[in-house]
Amino acid sequence: MSVALTRDGDAWLSAAGGVRWVPVIGLEVHCQLDTRTKLFCGCAYRFGAEPNSLTCPVCTGQPGALPVVNAAALELALRAALAVGAEIASQTHFDRKNYFYCDIPKNYQISQLERPFCTGGGIELSSGKRVRLHRIHLEEDAGKAVHDRGQTTLVDLNRAGVPLIESVTEADISSPEEAHEYLTALREIVQYVGASAADMEKGELRCDVNVSVRPEGEELRAKVEVKNLNSFKSVKEALEHEIARQIEAYESGDEARFPVQETRLYDAQAGETRTMRAKEEAHDYRYFPEPDIPPLTIPSALVAEQRRLLPELPAARRRRYREELGLSDYDAGVLTQSRDVADLFETVARLSQRPKESANWISNEVLRAFSDPEIPAARVDELALRPHDLAELIGLVTAGTVNTNAGRTVLREMMKSGRPARALIGELGLEQVQDEGQLEQWCRAALAGQERTIADVRAGKTKALGAVMGRVMRASQGKADPRRVRALLLRIIGARE
Amino acid sequence: MSAAYARLDATALRASILAGERTCARTVAECLAGIDERDGELAAFLSVERDWARERAARLDARLAAGERPGALFGVPVALKANMCTEGIETSCASRILAGWRAPYTATFVQRLLDAGAIVVGVTNMDEFAMGSSSENSCAGPTRNPWDVARTPGGSSSGSAVAVAARMVPLALGSDTGGSVRQPAAMCGVFGFKPTYGRVSRYGLIAFGSSLDQVSPLARSVRDLELVTEVISGHDERDSTSLAEPPIEREHPAAPGSLSGFRVGVPREHFPHDLEPGVRACCEAALARLEAIGAELVPLSLPHTPFAIPTYYVVATAEASSNLARYDGVLFGLRAEGDGTLPGMMAATRAAGFGPEVKRRILLGTYVLSAGYYDEWYGRALKARGLMRDDFERAFEQVDVIAGPTSPTVAFRLGERVDDPLAMYLADALTVPVSLAGVPGISMPCGCALPADGGAGELPVGLQLVGPARSDARLLRIAAAFEAASEDLRREPPPGSAR
Repeated sequence: MSVALTRDGDAWLSAAGGVRWVPVIGLEVHCQLDTRTKLFCGCAYRFGAEPNSLTCPVCTGQPGALPVVNAAALELALRAALAVGAEIASQTHFDRKNYFYCDIPKNYQISQLERPFCTGGGIELSSGKRVRLHRIHLEEDAGKAVHDRGQTTLVDLNRAGVPLIESVTEADISSPEEAHEYLTALREIVQYVGASAADMEKGELRCDVNVSVRPEGEELRAKVEVKNLNSFKSVKEALEHEIARQIEAYESGDEARFPVQETRLYDAQAGETRTMRAKEEAHDYRYFPEPDIPPLTIPSALVAEQRRLLPELPAARRRRYREELGLSDYDAGVLTQSRDVADLFETVARLSQRPKESANWISNEVLRAFSDPEIPAARVDELALRPHDLAELIGLVTAGTVNTNAGRTVLREMMKSGRPARALIGELGLEQVQDEGQLEQWCRAALAGQERTIADVRAGKTKALGAVMGRVMRASQGKADPRRVRALLLRIIGARE
Repeated sequence: MSAAYARLDATALRASILAGERTCARTVAECLAGIDERDGELAAFLSVERDWARERAARLDARLAAGERPGALFGVPVALKANMCTEGIETSCASRILAGWRAPYTATFVQRLLDAGAIVVGVTNMDEFAMGSSSENSCAGPTRNPWDVARTPGGSSSGSAVAVAARMVPLALGSDTGGSVRQPAAMCGVFGFKPTYGRVSRYGLIAFGSSLDQVSPLARSVRDLELVTEVISGHDERDSTSLAEPPIEREHPAAPGSLSGFRVGVPREHFPHDLEPGVRACCEAALARLEAIGAELVPLSLPHTPFAIPTYYVVATAEASSNLARYDGVLFGLRAEGDGTLPGMMAATRAAGFGPEVKRRILLGTYVLSAGYYDEWYGRALKARGLMRDDFERAFEQVDVIAGPTSPTVAFRLGERVDDPLAMYLADALTVPVSLAGVPGISMPCGCALPADGGAGELPVGLQLVGPARSDARLLRIAAAFEAASEDLRREPPPGSAR
């Protein structure tokens, strides 16, 4: 792919052609529902468990075994659907999708074709553009075939029967960036409503893309499905490569090279897509209504209950944080990355009555803790920290009881031990020294013999104060208030800021 | 075989054990002796679980001696069709593809039998995956009719029907998808009852046509059918198609043996012009007997009956093509290596493992579900099925039950129809509409007749009574009234090898 493309709005142009090519993109996203048990049996599922240890006659497709729908899966699916504004069907049924593969023990997947549990809905991008959803349906996952042992293929059926929702967009997406943004927003939403952990590395979120290009204003051309996208980054990159490939193929003028309807695999290492199967090799899935599961009526009371359980969604929170709490776009974005962080922020902000300071402490200190080897937590609920303790600490720092540096130390201890701020400040002896005489004594000691510095400061180079301040802070063992020390030093020297 | 054992139905056998006339151990010994005596010739059983049955009998005797309350089927030997899962027992569906497969769990209805004190003595022969009407599709070879061993016992629950008819067991379970219990019951001269679809949990019944399959008992009396249906019916949380109702309860009619005030519908489509004359004569006599005990006969029409066979062979084969997809050599059963690739292995396994009739039906089912053909075949069949259901609903606005022959012919000769699948399919023409409508039906012996094919010995004829959906208990009571009034019409099968 050597063709150099420039972009102008939604259009892609090559130096040679002069044609304005517009990509047409649709996404199919599978999210694993965060239920205790699988979709049709009582087996639990854990990523990384001993192969085939989480199975039973139902999810291994033993002769005679029958599926029974897990009501909790339907509830989570409803919640996700309501969060994207989809219309819930009053009646839904499952269909069998028939195809032969070793990781699908019945050689059919129980899915939904004719009457999915919801239709419509959509997600708004930051540009204001709305990506419409065609449908979302419920289905069971397949197991995993592992081919990496020479001629042997091993099959692990732990994942077989795990509940998934598959959401399919309309072809409303026009660029790799929009696809990335849509996917990010969708992930946030399913995480916020508690429907899915949506961790792509664990396969809890999987994305296939459909992409074609057409000259601006012209009719749709052959659509290519790209699979094997293992990260958000690869979704974006695969789209970039595939769009470029299609444009180059059309511009070559060689009809034999024109894109055809097919399924391609993305090779992230080589940075290219390759044919997986052509249209004529496409499966005939022979869908028909699943006779083992009668049609389900979705009671309106259940829908209302799930609607009631919907939390405020990330986009709405970001808007509120900006408009009502005065946070920056950046802070609003960081704090709404996950629901537990946003919830923590809102509690601390409410208790401390200081939203900006709360935002700073959480985005700078709390989130950093997740990469701190001494704090064995990867999520907010794994920290020992209690929100009202953090709120109190923010109050103490603002009041000058402890300085910011000491506050950081206290917070780290709070996240480890869960002990209250005041107790830690006392124990660690971090309370600031208020005694003016003591402070002055430290300042004079630090200035002794520093005539050059004093002269510099008097000449306006206040930067030179840094080293002296450091000495004062060391002498106070961190208990001096840096602002007061600075003011005091300037007064002693007889200089101004 | 002990004459006493052979004479007793399940109800009487249990009573005799509780009266101290016999132990469970002796009952099992008599049962096993009967199997030894008769089954070499009849081939009803694929496997006999002697040790398990003896151990269980000894345990039951000990529990009774210890004062435990006996279950409803206490000490009763029962045979299971080879498509019913019992943990650790070979459940092959009479197919090479599942030869040697031992079920890793126990079916709900089998567990209910065991909980009621029944003793499972063995697994019976059948048409492979319940596809067939003669037992000739079994990979183990055919079962023989005790009335004439050159003839079919019917199918697909062939072994279960024969085990009851030849007095090897008082009670057996079969499965009925399009007539697979009622038709062999008729051809073997025993009682066979297909409950309303969903009445008995299918969890652990290896699927053929999921929307049609129903576990169905065979017995020598209506009261035994009531007894066992009471035990195995009732909602099962493992089968979402099982009726959300408690087990059936026996109903008692106002006047036992009388059907005064009942209306019995006689559909003209169930007495076609080509009905075997002996079958017609027996069934007309049975209708007269119903009338004699007070029932009013009402001629009526089920106009969509002629579409039943084509409809059934679309719906059932479509479901079967999907249900049988799992037999691919990956996880259980036979594996043939083929060319070593995954598709090659699957194809070779299925080619080697399935018999010709099963392959025929998988191909049919695959075809009718294929892109572009679905609407024309499967979609239309579903519509036709709805029309047939409507036929029955309309009929039951006028009548309490519908009566007619179970099978258009008496037992035919083995080998006679193996090369003519359509003729074979027509053996189910009168039972299939009932299955498609999901309503309950019972086949009862109503006399014997000479076959139209020139055979010399008389063969049993079955009368089918059909009731509205969920009317199982009432249908069985009406059947019991007929049973009581028709003792003189029934005959015992000849005791030994007869030709």
